Amino acid sequence: MTKLLTVRDLYVQYETDGLVTRAVNGVNLYLNKGETLGLVGETGAGKTTTALSIMRLLPGNGKIVSGEIEVEGQDTLSLPEASMRLLRGEKMSMIFQDPMTSLNPILTVGDQIAEVVRLHRDFGEQRVQQRVDEILGLVGIQPQRKTEYPHQFSGGMKQRVVIAIALACEPELLIADEPTTALDVTIQAQILSMMNRLKRDMQTSMVLITHDLGVVVRMCDRVAIMYAGEIVESGLTEDLFAGSAHHPYTTGLFGSIPNLSVSTDRLNPIDGLMPDPTDLPTGCRFHPRCPQAMEVCQRLAPSDWASNTHTIKCHLFPGAEKREWSA
Amino acid sequence: MSAPLVRTKNLKKYFRTPQGFLHAVDGINMQVQRGRTLGVVGESGCGKSTLGRAILRLVEPTSGEVLFDGKSIVSLGKEELRKERRRMQMIFQDPYSSINPRMTVGELIADPIGVNGILNSRRSIEARVFELMKIVGLADRLFNTYPHELDGGRRQRIGVARALALNPEFIVCDEPVSALDVSIQAQILNLLMDLQSDLSLTYMFVTHNLSVVKHISDDILVMYLGQCVEQAPTDELFANPVHPYTKALLSAIPIPDLRYRDTPTEIIKGEVTSPINPRPGCRFASRCVHAQPECVGADIPQEEISPGHFVSCILAETLLDQAVD
Repeated sequence: MTKLLTVRDLYVQYETDGLVTRAVNGVNLYLNKGETLGLVGETGAGKTTTALSIMRLLPGNGKIVSGEIEVEGQDTLSLPEASMRLLRGEKMSMIFQDPMTSLNPILTVGDQIAEVVRLHRDFGEQRVQQRVDEILGLVGIQPQRKTEYPHQFSGGMKQRVVIAIALACEPELLIADEPTTALDVTIQAQILSMMNRLKRDMQTSMVLITHDLGVVVRMCDRVAIMYAGEIVESGLTEDLFAGSAHHPYTTGLFGSIPNLSVSTDRLNPIDGLMPDPTDLPTGCRFHPRCPQAMEVCQRLAPSDWASNTHTIKCHLFPGAEKREWSA
Repeated sequence: MSAPLVRTKNLKKYFRTPQGFLHAVDGINMQVQRGRTLGVVGESGCGKSTLGRAILRLVEPTSGEVLFDGKSIVSLGKEELRKERRRMQMIFQDPYSSINPRMTVGELIADPIGVNGILNSRRSIEARVFELMKIVGLADRLFNTYPHELDGGRRQRIGVARALALNPEFIVCDEPVSALDVSIQAQILNLLMDLQSDLSLTYMFVTHNLSVVKHISDDILVMYLGQCVEQAPTDELFANPVHPYTKALLSAIPIPDLRYRDTPTEIIKGEVTSPINPRPGCRFASRCVHAQPECVGADIPQEEISPGHFVSCILAETLLDQAVD
């Protein structure tokens, strides 16, 4: 399989008032063509920062400290901004979490979709409008509604518009940042099945950011679990949901969600809180909350234990104690 | 069974809008037995929060009756209502906006005790605040901190402590965990369940999250556009959902289990119709795959298809037979 996206040893920081927030700390991931990778984690785990780094859309106080990002073998971090702008919307697109705020309230929906097409395609106005109608049809909105404004659409319909904008030029890589979190479950089901269909038809590959493990099962081929800016476990969806070896954080995450298919009297949450990203713990970032923490976990950051498609960053697994922790 | 602690009869709350009356809660009959949890589920805009508020009279019901421990709440005067309210409290959805950012944790928890004049000396109030902080799992050292210094989970613990401050019997929990991350959500759910058994509380738990509601509730009421479409004990509802909306809702939840990976989702077409001046008849009819001409025109009566299991659907019998076949 060919790799569409590769992220190597990515470090990202935000600086506010002299305080350094270490949001992403050595993330490695790849995406094969046609695949959907789920990026899972709680608030502040660094999922969105990773996505924004791939798109090179980090806010002004955010900085990629080191690492490499390749899209179709091309190093995107060294590209000038002008070339990056040509890639965005054409080769790679992003869907943001909140459809209520990611659309421009004073432009019609049709204009917002047409903008992408005009930028990236050498189309006459008639063909631009044709493409707008076509893509609206694909996301299940009547083309006549293109002259309406975002406030005239419901939340689910707005998210369809956002998806239409992202897919207007049939990008190879789609990053969807919690695309259905703000929506009701029945609307979520509509949107997810539509995204799966479009992804298949357009042969787009997708990074899906979510905190919902149920959505992961329904959508993803592979999964990466993030904690405190690191990927602590990754593998095929089967490795994560059927495998027996897991990072203690993954186990905690699964223990926290009430499951519809199994009845439990009590949930088994993870004690404590996410660490402060301006003051991360030494060694393994999870050790202060880990029920299985050992002495070595405080001193040394674990490296990846790997078995075929499955990797786990934890000292409980042999060969993981090599990497020395450094600031 | 003993008399229910909370009961509503044909409870309605309409809001006046420029386009007409918005039927937020439209004829709800429900009851919660003492010491049990009633889960109220539905999608945004179905009126579940308004129902919770109308029961506590945080919004004035348009018509209908709320009985608390056999006593009518709707007709109470201001002073009497204040007294009764001590017995029923609410935990709000958003721990970021439901507490005053300019008060410390200690002040926030002492507030309801002072307002209701339960305790008078500063020392006894302080002792009670520390006691409540202990009950909800807030460390003593947080007494003088402000909400912005705390994470969402701890803030929601303040909300819980405030609700418990007056020793209530009944608590309406309005989406108390939906703003929290899953690991924190689990901590709060465990806390609420522990408190229920320690203090023999009765809950009405309003949420859109069906996994949470299944975990915490004894009985479930499913709402759609202000009306109750189905009501049953939790196990019964999940085992034998009858109303087409309940079925679609249950099938729409993605289950984190590989066995359900390829289970086809029953996708309901369209979106929720307007709650303003709805036509009589089943409000789900326009989206329902089983819809018949009889579904619209007249309001649908609620039928008890098995003990404690109520459905509002004219096809209930037929759908039930199909399920058995």
